[in-house]
Amino acid sequence: MLNIIKARKVSYDYLKIDDEGNVESSSRAVDGVDLDVKAGDFVAVLGHNGSGKSTLAKHINAILLPTEGTLYVDGKDTKDDSKLWEIRQSAGMVFQNPDNQIIGSVVDEDVGFGPENMGVPQQEIWERVERSLKSVGMWEYRTASPNKLSGGQKQRVAIAGVVAMCPKCIVLDEPTAMLDPNGRKEVIRTVRELNRTEHVTVILITHYMEEVIDADRVIVMDQGRVVMQGTPREVFSHVEELKRYRLDVPQATLVAYELQKAGISLPDGILTNEELVQALAEYRDRQ
Amino acid sequence: MAIRIENLNYVYSAGTAFERQALREINLTIPDDQFIGIIGHTGSGKSTLIQHLNGLLRATSGAVYYNDKNIYEEGFDMKGMRSKVGLVFQYPEHQLFESDVFTDVCFGPKNQGLSQDEAEARAYEALKLVGLKEKYYKSSPFELSGGQKRRAAIAGILAMDPDVLVLDEPTAGLDPRGRDDILDQIERLHKEKKITVILVSHSMEDVARYVERIIVMNKGQVMFDDVPREVFRHYKELESVGLAAPQVTYLMHQLQENGWDVPDDATTVEEAADAIIQCLKR
Repeated sequence: MLNIIKARKVSYDYLKIDDEGNVESSSRAVDGVDLDVKAGDFVAVLGHNGSGKSTLAKHINAILLPTEGTLYVDGKDTKDDSKLWEIRQSAGMVFQNPDNQIIGSVVDEDVGFGPENMGVPQQEIWERVERSLKSVGMWEYRTASPNKLSGGQKQRVAIAGVVAMCPKCIVLDEPTAMLDPNGRKEVIRTVRELNRTEHVTVILITHYMEEVIDADRVIVMDQGRVVMQGTPREVFSHVEELKRYRLDVPQATLVAYELQKAGISLPDGILTNEELVQALAEYRDRQ
Repeated sequence: MAIRIENLNYVYSAGTAFERQALREINLTIPDDQFIGIIGHTGSGKSTLIQHLNGLLRATSGAVYYNDKNIYEEGFDMKGMRSKVGLVFQYPEHQLFESDVFTDVCFGPKNQGLSQDEAEARAYEALKLVGLKEKYYKSSPFELSGGQKRRAAIAGILAMDPDVLVLDEPTAGLDPRGRDDILDQIERLHKEKKITVILVSHSMEDVARYVERIIVMNKGQVMFDDVPREVFRHYKELESVGLAAPQVTYLMHQLQENGWDVPDDATTVEEAADAIIQCLKR
């Protein structure tokens, strides 16, 4: 199957430029990243603040271009100027703050903005607006004013705006950081649903470990490099290593880890309460 | 007794089509030296409430007493109180504006009328308290990482030497370690300087771990006001208003349902692990 995203030795330097336009200093934010994401995958990216996650994410729809190396989105080199619009259509982005991403004064207008800008015929715009609002569960709010919505609802509208452009891949950069627990659940459920039913490739950047449990693959970044990757179970088996990278593990994993330290033998990589209850029952039966 | 709120009501845009009652009949006492958490979903009135604590918003009816003085009474020293009740807003780093961190932190104390030397001494102390390394003092705020900026902004409030520190989601957007670092630092401040801390948070796990009292806001009213383990006992009701209990609380309930003789009121990872170990020993 085609890799929707293919990064080869991608590096990016942020430059500090003085008043005369000379480069004063540079700092490497992404450092030689190789990455392959299969179409239809759900990939979560973890890493502390400043680890290079967001910089890497911005390469995927060509907001940033690699200083070194090459990144292909759906087979197109992001450095190829003539493909820029196709690339941005293939890979949509959702950011942290919903208020910065909504421009329409009515929900359906906002969602229609993207396809209208792409020159989609009127009839099809409305079809796409309807389909994408339904896919994020916001169809009944189509005539509402975005500023009357909750944070989670706004973020779902922002996602619908991206979905309406029919991207093959959606990159979400900490979409739940500003939301309350309910809002967080709504957004993650929506994203998972899109991945499952519409087979949109999802790249989710987050600090909430609970949100990555269902991902097909987890990537951990540190100092611009990919330092760990694997299934959530594989990655979360390494509690100490994750802590070194300033990260956390789900609470169920942490309880299991504490129990292991106290000499109770449980399998590695427990991710959910259900799994822990099951493992403890098996442990008790063995005793 | 630091702050007392009596029968407080607040109505946004009163008399217009957008009129909305944001706070309804609030009665609260916030004594000295307590670490309090406020939780509630978006729009529950948390932020409106904390803005009453230092008089940024004026109640539509009811009263706020600071050290037994009604803050709405004529002649009350509002400016004096505002430097004693420090408010750290969400994303406080957006409010850094000076050319370097140190000057920014000096702004508060200088505004309080302190001399340059005194202000600088306060700034040093505050920056040390939040754990920002000295090499960053002369950096532009824009060169710092998210966690460092957040510390600098909190230092700006601490430099005014408050008795009460109110923080509105101080860890939003920080990575797990940055979150732990800041909260540990705040806990230390609370213990060492004996200041009252009020923490507004969306993270039940954080609240469970640090605070001694939780105030739950819902639809502009106080829904619960108790110690964490009592509040999280009501996890079903919390869920119905868009909140939740810490994950380990659910774990304990699931264990109980599966016939384990464990208490269901554990709210932190350590408590949960201990309870399970005790149960296995029996």
